[in-house]
Amino acid sequence: MSVLVYVENAEGKFKKSTFEAVSYAKEVADKLNTNLVAISIGNVADATLADLGKYGANKVLFVSNEKLKTFVNQAYASIIASAAKTEDAKVVVLSASFSGKGLAPRIAVKLEAGLVDGAVELPEMTDGKFNVKKNAFSGKAFAHVELTSDRKIISLVPNSYKVVEKPVTAEITAFESTAAESDFQVMVREIVRASDKVSLPDAELVVSAGRGLKGPENWGMIEELANLLGAATACSKPVSDAGWRPHEEHVGQTGIAVSPNLYIAIGISGAIQHLAGVSSSKVIVVINKDAEAPFFKVADYGIVGDAFEVVPKLIEAIRKFKEAA
Amino acid sequence: MKVLVCISNVPDTTTKITFTDNNTQFNTAGVQYIINPYDEIALARAIELCEGGNGTVTVVNVGEATTEPTIRKALAIGADDAIRINAAPRDAYFVAKQIAKIAQEGSYDMILTGRESIDYNGSQVAAMVGEFLNIPSISIVKKITVDGETVVIEREIEGGKEVISTPMPFISSCAEGVAEPKIPNMRGIMSARTKPLSVVEPIEIAKLAQVTAYETPAARGNVKMIDAADPAKLVEALHSEAKVI
Repeated sequence: MSVLVYVENAEGKFKKSTFEAVSYAKEVADKLNTNLVAISIGNVADATLADLGKYGANKVLFVSNEKLKTFVNQAYASIIASAAKTEDAKVVVLSASFSGKGLAPRIAVKLEAGLVDGAVELPEMTDGKFNVKKNAFSGKAFAHVELTSDRKIISLVPNSYKVVEKPVTAEITAFESTAAESDFQVMVREIVRASDKVSLPDAELVVSAGRGLKGPENWGMIEELANLLGAATACSKPVSDAGWRPHEEHVGQTGIAVSPNLYIAIGISGAIQHLAGVSSSKVIVVINKDAEAPFFKVADYGIVGDAFEVVPKLIEAIRKFKEAA
Repeated sequence: MKVLVCISNVPDTTTKITFTDNNTQFNTAGVQYIINPYDEIALARAIELCEGGNGTVTVVNVGEATTEPTIRKALAIGADDAIRINAAPRDAYFVAKQIAKIAQEGSYDMILTGRESIDYNGSQVAAMVGEFLNIPSISIVKKITVDGETVVIEREIEGGKEVISTPMPFISSCAEGVAEPKIPNMRGIMSARTKPLSVVEPIEIAKLAQVTAYETPAARGNVKMIDAADPAKLVEALHSEAKVI
C-alpha cells in the first residue's frame, strides 16, 4: 500500500502548489502508516526530483521522453493510473491546477475511484470512513464528501495547505510509460506564458479592482501596486465583461475562485457573486469611496476613500516599508 | 457536424446559500434555477459553430422533470433538440456515465460543457466522459475554432495559455471567452415549446462519493477601518498584525 502524488512541473521546475500537494499527501500517508510515492512526467532534472525528499517523498518515479515533454492529458492520466496500480496506492493526490483538473477525472474513471476535486483540508479518517472537505456553491459554502470506493483521488486547491518539510532520502526510479498510441491524439501547437506576471489561481497576494476605476486607462496604478507587492492582478465581472481586463482576471462565482493570503479590493462594491470567489482569502482589504459598500462587511481592513487618492498614497507607503525592510 | 452540449440546472448566481436538515440538504425554498452559466457559454459557442446549416446542437441534462424549464430555455436560445436523463444528478461519475451513453449512441463530433457547475463545483464530468468514450478531453478552454477536420483550442494554464489541436470527436469544458451568452428572441421562445425533448431512463451504477454535510464559511471579525489620509497604517497592520506582507 502507498499514497501517490502527481508532481506537476512547469518547464522542468516544481511550483509551490506541487510542494503543497506533496506535503498534503505526506500527511495522509503518515496517517495511514504508509510510504509516499511521487510520480513526475516530463523533463525534470534528477536533482530537482531528489528535492521532493525534503517534503517527505520516499520514492520518486519519473517518466521522461520526447512525446511527454508537453502536457498530453490522456497519456498523463494513463501513466498516473498505472503507477497507482503498480504502487498499490490507496489515495492519489494532485494539485487542482488547470492541468490537474483535466487529469483527475480521467484517472478516477480508470481506477473506478471516487474523486474529490477542490479539497481544502486533510481528509478525516475515522471509523473506516474517509471524508474530505471541499469548496461548493462557488465559495458560498463547503461540502463534506465521503468517498466509499477502495481507491480515492483528491485534488487540492492551491494555497489551501501549507508546505511542510519532512526530510527523507528519496529513491529515484525510472517508470515505464504505459501510454498507448491512441493517447496521443491532441497536439500542443504553442504555449504562451507571460513571464513577468504572477499567476492568479495560485497567487499568495492579489490586487483586484472594479468599476470604481472608471476605465482601463487607470489600471497603471493597480499594476504598479501589484508589482510592488509581487501580487497578481484581478478584477470584477463588470470590468472583464466591458473588456477593460482579460477574462482570466475575473474573480467571482462565474470566474476564478482565489484563496490568497491577502486580497486587496479597490473600487469593487462586493456583489454576492464576487464575494463567493474571494471568501477563502485569509485577509481582505477593501478600498471604496462608498462607506455603505457591502464588501466592507466581509473585510478585515477597510479604507473609505477615493481610489485615485488612496492608491498612490498606499503605493508610496509600501515603497517606504520595502526600503526600510 | 453534430454537437452535444451538457447542461446543468443550478441556483441563480444571486442565491444566498442555506441548508436544512441539520446541514445535510441544500435549502431550495424560493430558489430560482438557471442554466449553469459556463454551460450557457458552451451552448452559445455550439450554436455559433453550427450556424448556417453547419450542424445541429443537442442539449442533454441529467435531472428530474423539474429541470425542464431550464432545458426549454436552452432550446429557446437555439439548440435543435434535447434529451433529459430522468434522474437526480447524484455524483459526477454517475452523471458522466449517463452522458457517455447518450454521446455514444448519438455519435456526436463535438461535446461541450461548462468548466464546472456553480453548485457542486465538481469540474469532473467533461474529462470523465472523455475517458468513458476514450476520446480527447480538453478542460477549461477559452477558444474553440473548427478548421476542416481539425479543431484548434486554447486552454488556460497558470499565467498563460496553451494552443492545442485535436481531431473529432472530442469533449471540452468551456470557460469565459469561448462565447458571449445568447439571449433568446421571441421566435426562439415560441419554437422552443415544440422542439423535441426526449426523456430516457438512467443506467444504474455503483456509488463512489456522496455529500454527507455542508457548512457555510465562518463569519469574519469586525472590519478595522483605517483613515484614508494615512494608508501607512494599513501597511503597518498588514505587516505586524495580519503578517501577510
